[in-house]
Amino acid sequence: MTGSTVAPRLKQKQIAQLISLGKRLDGRGLTDYREIHVETGIIERAEGSARVLLGKTEVMVGIKIEVGEPFSDVPNEGVLTVNAELVPLASPTFEAGPPDENSIELARVVDRGIRESKAIDMGKLCLVPGKKVFVVFVDVYVLNHDGNLIDASAMASLAALLNTKLFNYELENGEVKIKPGYTQLPMRNRPIAVTFAKIKDKLIADPSLEEEQVMDARLTITMEKDGKICAIQKGESGYFTIEQILEAAKTAQEKTGELRKVVVKG
Amino acid sequence: MSQKTLEKLINKDGIRTDGRKLDELRPAKIEVGILSNADGSAYIEQGKNKILAAVYGPRDVHPRHLALPDRALLRCRYHMAPFSVEERKSPAPSRREMELSKVIREALDPSVFLEYYPRTSIDVFTEVLQADGGTRCASITAASLALADAGIPMRDLVVACAAGKVEGHLVLDLNDAEDKVGEADVPLAFMPNLNAVTLLQMDGMLTTDEFEKVVNLALNGCKQMYALQKETLKVKYVTVKEEETEE
Repeated sequence: MTGSTVAPRLKQKQIAQLISLGKRLDGRGLTDYREIHVETGIIERAEGSARVLLGKTEVMVGIKIEVGEPFSDVPNEGVLTVNAELVPLASPTFEAGPPDENSIELARVVDRGIRESKAIDMGKLCLVPGKKVFVVFVDVYVLNHDGNLIDASAMASLAALLNTKLFNYELENGEVKIKPGYTQLPMRNRPIAVTFAKIKDKLIADPSLEEEQVMDARLTITMEKDGKICAIQKGESGYFTIEQILEAAKTAQEKTGELRKVVVKG
Repeated sequence: MSQKTLEKLINKDGIRTDGRKLDELRPAKIEVGILSNADGSAYIEQGKNKILAAVYGPRDVHPRHLALPDRALLRCRYHMAPFSVEERKSPAPSRREMELSKVIREALDPSVFLEYYPRTSIDVFTEVLQADGGTRCASITAASLALADAGIPMRDLVVACAAGKVEGHLVLDLNDAEDKVGEADVPLAFMPNLNAVTLLQMDGMLTTDEFEKVVNLALNGCKQMYALQKETLKVKYVTVKEEETEE
């Protein structure tokens, strides 16, 4: 996502200098997040939905639920599918077309957080073992890109899942018949992602687009509700030292707690 | 395919199904310079993993508009052969392969002096011929050697190894069965001389204490593989030198 242009590189010096003084361009502290707004239930056609504003970054997530077939190795569990679209209206650098590696990485990092923390009680999504289960589609829609899409998408996905209603059904000779009324999607955990950018040997949380354009490397740590790590992803072409990674894990512990409160209260 | 592994993967003496101790790597074999068309190449066997890596470049960039004015463009493709896994894998690149291609590129990128070759591309191809868990790490280990074999200037070799948690034990270098059943898997790539972690991923669940221990376990594995990488290069190039003096 780092467009190789000249302007950000000129800014890098300034950004790095500020960071070495513990400051940032927009006045935040090094581990401060931008303001977060969470709205849920905004798309009536979707079984669940949420919109998250993280500063000027805006992400919408819609949840659709369908009846489908389970995977053969887990015949008694529902199926989770996460997809992300970097829609062209969100940034001059996004182009229409099949998902590129950036949107695939975004979707897979969000997916890993939900899946590995066992956020959805998949066992309860089985209708006919081995034949019919609920398939949960999480579609991440990036509407405005101002940095840190991963955290915004993970928050929006969690908020949307917590907002998801499962239609009632009955089984008639192994066929699924939809009945009126809804129940809540069974949720067991609340994963939250915290992303750090490394700029000239300093780590900052929640990088803005300007900061992302000059960062050396990125590290996302996703934690579940009890503070265990459930997913990690390093990105971009730079590197981290072991000490920086362990420091990030410690900061993530604090930050995920704070963010979770904002998202879950919705 | 989906046989439920009822037998335990780690017995009461802490020995794994393939006879390894918890902190032991699988036996590995590496060769370099094995493909005549490529500028550099390497082949690695680590346990049942069999992986080929090849490097082409620095060469002209196609399509041209992708060329960078100040450095070489590093491109990577991680790909699995259809016959490399139990159930035939479609040869079309999957989402997993696309993500791995990206993280492998980002793992190798900081090791190469790309600024020496502006307006060119360096293309790295890794083909997994047989997979048995830990293929992204073995691919990185091989790809880095292929870059060295191609004579491309590098800051250090990149070496990769995974560690994780299986049946409550912290273990090094998970095989496929351990990865599937295990509680966590942490692949890590490292440049030992620079204390630089260039790839880090995790799925599963670990406390921060466990995570720190797993990272150290993986680093230990990396150091052992690093020795093997260097040995492989030495063996190859000492042999070449001898051949030349004979002429």
